[in-house]
Amino acid sequence: MQKYLNIDHVSIEFPTPNGPFKAIDNINLTIDKGEFVSIIGHSGCGKSTVMNIVGGLYQATTGGVVLEGKEVNEPGPDRAIVFQNHSLFPWLTAYENVELAVKSVFKGKKSAKEMKQWIDHNIELVHMTHAKDKLPSEISGGMKQRIGIARALAMEPKVLLMDEPFGALDALTRAHLQDSLMEIQADLKNTVIMITHDVDEAVLLSDKIVMMTNGPSATIGEVLTIDLDRPRKRLELSDDVHYNHLRSEVIHFLHERHARKVA
Amino acid sequence: MKDKIITILEMTGFTWFIPLVKLITGESPKQQIQDLAKMVGIPLIAILLFLGLWHIGAAKVVTSLGQVPGPSQVLEQAKILVDEHYQEREKEVKFHERQEKRNQAKLAKDPDAKVKVRPYTGKETYFDQILTSLWTVFVGFIIASLIAIPIGVISGLSNTLYSALNPLIQIFKPISPLAWLPIVTMVVSAVYVSSDPMFSKSFVTSAITVTLCSLWPTLINTAVGVSSIDKDLINVGRVLRLSYATTVFKIVIPSSIPMIFTGLRISLGIGWMVLIAAEMLAQNPGLGKFVWDEFQNGSSASLGRIMVAVLTIGILGFMLDRIMLSIQKFFSYDKTAVIR
Repeated sequence: MQKYLNIDHVSIEFPTPNGPFKAIDNINLTIDKGEFVSIIGHSGCGKSTVMNIVGGLYQATTGGVVLEGKEVNEPGPDRAIVFQNHSLFPWLTAYENVELAVKSVFKGKKSAKEMKQWIDHNIELVHMTHAKDKLPSEISGGMKQRIGIARALAMEPKVLLMDEPFGALDALTRAHLQDSLMEIQADLKNTVIMITHDVDEAVLLSDKIVMMTNGPSATIGEVLTIDLDRPRKRLELSDDVHYNHLRSEVIHFLHERHARKVA
Repeated sequence: MKDKIITILEMTGFTWFIPLVKLITGESPKQQIQDLAKMVGIPLIAILLFLGLWHIGAAKVVTSLGQVPGPSQVLEQAKILVDEHYQEREKEVKFHERQEKRNQAKLAKDPDAKVKVRPYTGKETYFDQILTSLWTVFVGFIIASLIAIPIGVISGLSNTLYSALNPLIQIFKPISPLAWLPIVTMVVSAVYVSSDPMFSKSFVTSAITVTLCSLWPTLINTAVGVSSIDKDLINVGRVLRLSYATTVFKIVIPSSIPMIFTGLRISLGIGWMVLIAAEMLAQNPGLGKFVWDEFQNGSSASLGRIMVAVLTIGILGFMLDRIMLSIQKFFSYDKTAVIR
């Protein structure tokens, strides 16, 4: 059966002076439309590499990525990326950052008025309307990441790729943004791949957690289905037996079976 | 209103006016007077100290042109130069009046008479020379920027081109204007031939020498700025499938603007320094020629007049740098960054 997104036997090698270095090996993953998938693993295991291959920024050495029956091998707005350090253009205001994306994606498809509405709508979605005319240097890290998400959502992607989107934020801001993201997700039902190293974040947000083994030649160790009902509430879940069971599964995988060797 | 004035003062670099503005509007006067003392008082003391040392030191050295002039003699020479300027201007006005009268008289006698209007050809004054210098350096600097920025952007984007250009840049960068000048002079005399030249040859030679020497800082800074652009920003452009031109104009150039302006500022400083030497040798009628002429003249006033020129060169160079700083601040997207 043809799934929405197929990551099919993907491996990648990087040339080094000592011969090729196999960063990830034989990754197989299928994702349904509207599914929220987290990829978790120790740092350096190649999670971001997987995402960059799906995003088209890297080329797989063997295997490939098929989205809706078509192979993807170059970057495009159908796979919008939310980068870890927001990557907003510092010389553009929040609005202009989203505008740049909307104008290049919907050129000739939307009228100027429709574009403006669409930009405002996406900024509203992440609750940033009050600061839309501010420069990135004038708003907080959490707000920047909200705009980064708004920019990615505004591209109307088939798959939304998020590379440790909340990794650089403090715990409270991170929780806020996770709640916002769940809210948006309940509305839009996007297909999302999120890279993370935060166990709670992965369990709280995902339908499926992909746990990766350590590199080199990292691959998928285990896939855990998170069958918690939505909408999920952070507070209620903290006492939930099933939630804590799932959480400990991930922790056991990361810290027992695939503990990072201390160098 | 007050905040607006303060922002303008900050942008233009007149930061020491800010406590004054605040003082007038009555905002915590004690603090403002302290600020004023710090920002104006300390530099003022340093300048007075310098003038004192100059005065004492100058009195002790006697050259073949007499005693080395102290601050007061230099001030006197400055006044004379200003007076000479006004006298020369008066002469010019009178010349035109006389010519006008003569032509009127001629026309009254015979309406068909051919009248000649001759331009005034008096010697250029000190202020004319300053303007010539500023114009020359401006032209040289603009040409340099027009060459350096595009090449810098392209070589910052392409590693191949950068490694091709880098040795050439490194070899040409340290060459003194004095070495360029003979070559430029010969090439200009050979190539720039016209019966009615728009610019004099000495001007072209000086401007091109300025170009050759002030090219490099802008080129290098632009290339470094472009090549050090955040890779994620480029990736955003790739995800959006922006064309090469859009990427360059919407992402690459805006993000390297601060570095480009740093380069431009250094370039203008070098251009101004080089210009004086170039004018001395090319005999372009600017400040450099003024210094050279006074040196050759060798009167008792010459050293004083040269010192006036030296101070003028310094002050103008300082002002040019301030103007560039203001432009740099205006174009910098990170308003919190401290730019000095």
